[in-house]
Amino acid sequence: MAGIISSYLPEAALQLAYLVAGILFIQGLRDMTHPRTATRGNQISAAGMFLAVLVTALWFEILSPLLVGAALLIGGAVGVWLAVTVETTEMPQLVGLFNGFGGGASALVAGAELIDQFNGLAVGALPIGLTASAAIAGIIGSVTFWGSLVAGGKLHGVVGDSPVSTNVGHALKASSLGIALVAGLFLIVQPDLLGAAPLAGWIPSYWVLVVAASLLGIFLVVPIGGADMPVVIALLNSYSGLAAATTGFVLNNTVLIIAGTLVGASGMILTVIMCESMNRSLTNVFFGGLGSDDGDSEDMEEIYEGQIQETSGDEVVMLLETARRVVVVPGYGMAVAQAQHAVAELVELLDEDGVDVEFGIHPVAGRMPGHMNALLAEADVPYEKMRELEEVNPTFSQTDVVIVTGANDVVNPKANEDDGSPISGMPVLNVEEAGQVIVNKRSLSPGFSGIPNPLFARDNTSMLYGDAKASMQDLVNKYKEARS
Amino acid sequence: MTFVQNLTLFVLAAFVGYEIITKIPTNLHTPLMSGANAISGITLLGSIVVAGSGSTGLATGLGFVAVVMATINVVGGYLVSHSMLKQFSGGRN
Repeated sequence: MAGIISSYLPEAALQLAYLVAGILFIQGLRDMTHPRTATRGNQISAAGMFLAVLVTALWFEILSPLLVGAALLIGGAVGVWLAVTVETTEMPQLVGLFNGFGGGASALVAGAELIDQFNGLAVGALPIGLTASAAIAGIIGSVTFWGSLVAGGKLHGVVGDSPVSTNVGHALKASSLGIALVAGLFLIVQPDLLGAAPLAGWIPSYWVLVVAASLLGIFLVVPIGGADMPVVIALLNSYSGLAAATTGFVLNNTVLIIAGTLVGASGMILTVIMCESMNRSLTNVFFGGLGSDDGDSEDMEEIYEGQIQETSGDEVVMLLETARRVVVVPGYGMAVAQAQHAVAELVELLDEDGVDVEFGIHPVAGRMPGHMNALLAEADVPYEKMRELEEVNPTFSQTDVVIVTGANDVVNPKANEDDGSPISGMPVLNVEEAGQVIVNKRSLSPGFSGIPNPLFARDNTSMLYGDAKASMQDLVNKYKEARS
Repeated sequence: MTFVQNLTLFVLAAFVGYEIITKIPTNLHTPLMSGANAISGITLLGSIVVAGSGSTGLATGLGFVAVVMATINVVGGYLVSHSMLKQFSGGRN
């Protein structure tokens, strides 16, 4: 393929350009370690991508520049359109969707490369390195594509999100994995079962592998509940990176290997962090359902009966006027109600009046690692006011008022107190240690875990019923009135 | 031999990735994820090579679809990260 350019330059020039691109990816990630440099890091990483694509296109002197140009234009336009129209609350499903496309592209490239190489060759003529890498890229890529589509669909509410766990489901997973592995093995070993037939006879085994792996991706994610989607998306992100790295093995392309591995590592680390934040193991996420409804409804009445105190906006404002330290604990309910701007305004007013006010953010608040931070940043909340769980927990005993808005499971004391509970051992925000807890919620309904929250029945807890946006806006207005 | 060289690269990259990524604060995990996502669109390179060099129509067709999908991933991922990160660094202090 290499044409005019490669006749003037040695192969090393291409490899050096790939090395530079790899360095740019690594430097870009290094800059992501601080918010001040993160924007630059993203740009550096994008520059690395541009360089890698440009050099590849020039070097290989693509046979049909028109075709590749058209594909780049179509893909670019769709990407831009999706990115500029997305709401911050919908970010997780979009990231899931993008992820799936990356994985799908890997599976298709491996297949296309196999077809190219197969042409007219005899059985056993393909190097094992190529067929093995193609088989792995095919399996991982297909699982990533379909798994991400289902995960995105669940987050978007088009696919049911309740967790189910059945023996039939486990059997389906096992058999589709089995078929994919056997097909992959045929591809790798290339046995001459078809006699001296040309290798083309074995092409279908790659597509059997793709179909089986696609089914595996669907069977794996469909039974997982919506609460576990952050873990699934992080894991699939890691897979799409590994698929890219494997494609690099197939095509002998160094920059694919470096970049794919970095993504694989990033996704894996985020997966582990998310699992730890929920005190769940990966096996538990994939094979067990969270939350049960047996007997919990009676339990709920027993806990809440006669123990619930209701409060009003006026009362909350009176509390805020005398408070010296206030912590706001936001949850996904706040994001769905688009209340982050009202919350940010309230925090700003308190800050102006000399109140020590901060946000306490649970790592799984939202639908993706760090999702809540992104939502608050959108509402111009300063980075310094966002505190992580380990930082904010020791301060609750010196906090006068905690406002919990749209959050539920992440402040459930059952995680610390009740060994038998499904969320037992999960690190939570210990808001009940504060002087007064205000829980803003539309009703007493349970959160994702499906269990009641004894926090609501505590002596120092009052419920502020209502939609998060309306309630917070009401607090802002009343606080302003009281101030003037 | 090439396989071993590729494997070496893979293992070293995994170590570098681990060292850097564990230092990224929780606040930036969402932009990290969409940025990493965009990087995984590096398969675009593979797609371009195959779409261009496909000696059969089927391979070229598959390559074309792959280029479209990977480009969506790259362009969309970087843009989403950028708009999120701008809000982080632009917040009032």
